[in-house]
Amino acid sequence: MAKSVSISITVNGRAYRHDVEPRLLLSDFLRIELGLTGTHVGCEHGVCGACTVLVNGDSARSCLLLAAQLDGAEIMTVEGLATSGGLHPVQKAFHDHHALQCGFCTPGMLITAVDLLKKSPLASDEEIREGLSGNLCRCTGYENIVRAVRAAADALKSENQESAL
Amino acid sequence: MTDGKPILAVERGGAADSLAARPKIVGARVKRTEDARLLAGKGTFVDDRRVSGLLHVAFRRSDHSHARIKQIDCDDARGMPGVVAVFTAEDMASVNAIFATSRMKDYHATAITALARDKVRYVGEPVVAVVAETRYLAEDALELINIEFDPLPVVIDPEEAAKPSATLLHEEAGTNVLCAREFRTGDVDQAIACAAVRVSGRFRFRRKSPLAMENRTYLAEYDAGRDELTLYSSTQVPGIIRDALSEALDIPGSRLRVVAPDVGGGFGGKASLYAEEILVAFAARRLGQPVKWTSDRMEDLASTSQGFDQIVDAELALDAEGRALSLQADVIGDVGAYSIYPWTAVIEPVQVVSFLPGPYKIPNYRGRVRGVATSKPPMGPYRGVGRPTSAFVTERLMDMAARKLGMDPVALRLKNMIQPNEFPYRIGSGIVWDQCAFTECLDAACEQADYSALRARQARARAAGHWFGIGIACYAELTGIGSRISVAPGMPINTGTETAKIAIDSTGAITAAFGVASMGQGLETTLAQVVAEHLGGRVEDIRIIQGDSAAVPNATGSYASRSAVLAGGAATLAAREVKEKLVRAASHLLEASADDLAVEDGKVTVVGTDRALTFRQLARAVYLEMGRIPSDKREELTSTRTYDPVFGTSATAAHLAVVEIDPSTFEVKIERFVVAEDCGRLINPMIVDGQVHGGVAQGIGAALYEEVVYNDEGQNLTASLVDYIIPTATEVPSIEVVHIEKDSPTTLGGFRGMGEGGTIGAPAAIANAIADALSPFNIDIFELPVSPERLFRLIENATTDRKESTHGHEA
Ligand code: FES
Ligand code: FES
Repeated sequence: MAKSVSISITVNGRAYRHDVEPRLLLSDFLRIELGLTGTHVGCEHGVCGACTVLVNGDSARSCLLLAAQLDGAEIMTVEGLATSGGLHPVQKAFHDHHALQCGFCTPGMLITAVDLLKKSPLASDEEIREGLSGNLCRCTGYENIVRAVRAAADALKSENQESAL
Repeated sequence: MTDGKPILAVERGGAADSLAARPKIVGARVKRTEDARLLAGKGTFVDDRRVSGLLHVAFRRSDHSHARIKQIDCDDARGMPGVVAVFTAEDMASVNAIFATSRMKDYHATAITALARDKVRYVGEPVVAVVAETRYLAEDALELINIEFDPLPVVIDPEEAAKPSATLLHEEAGTNVLCAREFRTGDVDQAIACAAVRVSGRFRFRRKSPLAMENRTYLAEYDAGRDELTLYSSTQVPGIIRDALSEALDIPGSRLRVVAPDVGGGFGGKASLYAEEILVAFAARRLGQPVKWTSDRMEDLASTSQGFDQIVDAELALDAEGRALSLQADVIGDVGAYSIYPWTAVIEPVQVVSFLPGPYKIPNYRGRVRGVATSKPPMGPYRGVGRPTSAFVTERLMDMAARKLGMDPVALRLKNMIQPNEFPYRIGSGIVWDQCAFTECLDAACEQADYSALRARQARARAAGHWFGIGIACYAELTGIGSRISVAPGMPINTGTETAKIAIDSTGAITAAFGVASMGQGLETTLAQVVAEHLGGRVEDIRIIQGDSAAVPNATGSYASRSAVLAGGAATLAAREVKEKLVRAASHLLEASADDLAVEDGKVTVVGTDRALTFRQLARAVYLEMGRIPSDKREELTSTRTYDPVFGTSATAAHLAVVEIDPSTFEVKIERFVVAEDCGRLINPMIVDGQVHGGVAQGIGAALYEEVVYNDEGQNLTASLVDYIIPTATEVPSIEVVHIEKDSPTTLGGFRGMGEGGTIGAPAAIANAIADALSPFNIDIFELPVSPERLFRLIENATTDRKESTHGHEA
């Protein structure tokens, strides 16, 4: 067995120092080592998007990354979305629009949506669908997920306009 | 529209049911109580469970389709550091095999064991189990196992396998035809002889995987001191699994509990007993340590029960006015290598012939079916169960007939449908439809889509050379089935009843326990709504317990669109009884007549006064403050009631798809998709819409993309999500849903049940839309999915044929 590697990593604002096996996936590191089981694993081959997390601010599939590669990285998982002030606007929109059924794809969808909203104005629903097309959901038919992301995008826009005034 | 009468998008059935009497909580868009934990990443799926000393299982699976096991050498694996145990069938001699029994004649059950004994019958069948300290190590150890196989002839083509000369998968059955049945009404041959128009075809609906996003996962904990075993399972049917494991492992139900915590989708794929469940439970007891197995996606696609896969030769005969005279069908269903527990191999194929006549009046019917074993994973229930194939065949035949008769497909359907004044109606397979909105749904779908405008648009599109098509599909289904009807007579389980156990405790809190199990459809919310409605409580004060075999004495779980009807009925009965008890207690305490009391919002009020008692105050008076109620009048605030709808009810929908096909890529773009459906009284319209959206998306997958492919050697060529393609957000259009809310006359509360419908109608509607788009080429769709490759070949053949035949004429 290859020797373990020591990494320093920040997850949801908290710093960790861990010795990890070189082959340990980031998804397993989060779920097993840190007990952050909100990040789900649906395929382990990079297709379903359930395992999506933010790595240094960009969405990434944690089943395709090795923990050992991430020394010094900053990770955000679904557990880090809500603040003491309550649910993140995207989480709230998902609740309001019934954008989840079994909830298994939800953490990956939420993180992807947060990333999309940060990077694009999401002017049309096509853009939203395009942006979510790397995340599979078997329950919702995507309809209400699109509506929720639309609502979050609109809320964000009016918030920005207000703060610009 | 039929009679020129405008159809209301939402109307109510039942004479006594005025809008004023409409319940308030049932029918409301209550936001889900489940969401809080799931949105925060705090759900508890089985794989999330943290237990100390947990061991992990990996399976060495067969890479042969059909072979005798000559020898297994596990010595190296056993010796590997980190490996705790290695099991083969030999080590499990103490475990009883399980059989899915049935009294149906010509049916053969097959033994279900955790690990293959003597023979393997499909690629992916578990042969050896390794238990190790981590999943990584367990998987490493698989490499060290040597299995010597003696290959046997593959049994892969169901038609070949049905022949008497075929190699047998189960020698003791004496045949590969595990079940055979025939339904007959009237005289088909005579009807055909006098028919003016006949349409027929050989239809093929390919094999699917239910593909829940959460892979199957099982974790067993054994308490040696108490000899108690608990299995946490990603299952839809904890009660059924408990009963089966009790038999396999010889443990009484009192010391065996099966819990389905949060489950990441099921769709039928988690509604059967699995070998891995038996193994994990066995290993935890044998090793005295918690044991877990979590499937990866490859294993899921290779070993989870699969769906559909039927070949149907069918013919519809009509008179010159377009009245259907007869329907006949010969169905071969590929049921895979084993007869699945508890549903049996009968489940898929027999449903196809049972539902073929659909919502139509067809006086003569003959449906013959054979379920044939092949060396593939077992066939099990998948959303829609058989009915997507029935609808595909019948609805295609309707369109083909309309074309031959020069009639509009909507008009032809309306002419042949069972009319509102003709219920209850018995169709040729023996199914009886109760009052159900067949014609109303079709009218409403056409109205929502503006059907005549669509046809006009199609004419313009065609003139401009576009491949633009409109497809309709109507279907009916039985839901919430009671004790008198079951999938297979003599099945080892009772699917027809459901129990609710409601209790108000000494703090005034309400707990309601059920035998159903939610796999994402929001039962915690909908059942709380029903309880709140009939008990007079508040949704947020009600805790729902479900997905736990210990919750009620006999539970099965959630499948077959039964939960709203059955659990909803049981909840209604039990809640009413608890409410009566509350009223009796309050009547004594408030010194008021029961008739003057109203129970609402968690309190009992003397109508027209401000005198009231909260549930909490009442509960204290009943349980704690002895003396306030005389002991002979003191009643525990509990009720356990079982509901049996006896026959069950019907649900129906009309689907309308509008497609355009890209002539260069052969990509089918679904422009619009409209569903008009009648699922009876809606408990929560928001949740019903979600179920329809999800069902339609799976139907789109079934129609256009999804197919489990086996090659001639029985190897699965689609064992990853790159090869087994399900729709993403860009392939699913926005789905328009219209509800025709006709209360069911036969169920308590008027609920009908609707979890599967989307998947039943969508493939047929899309197939019809594609055929309609390609009708200038005279192309018919007989096979699903219609992948771009299949479409390309169809169009290619049609255009060369045409060129050739034109050529022929010239010569
Ligand atoms: S688990 Fe990472 S993409 Fe599916
Ligand atoms: S909500 Fe179940 S997979 Fe998306």
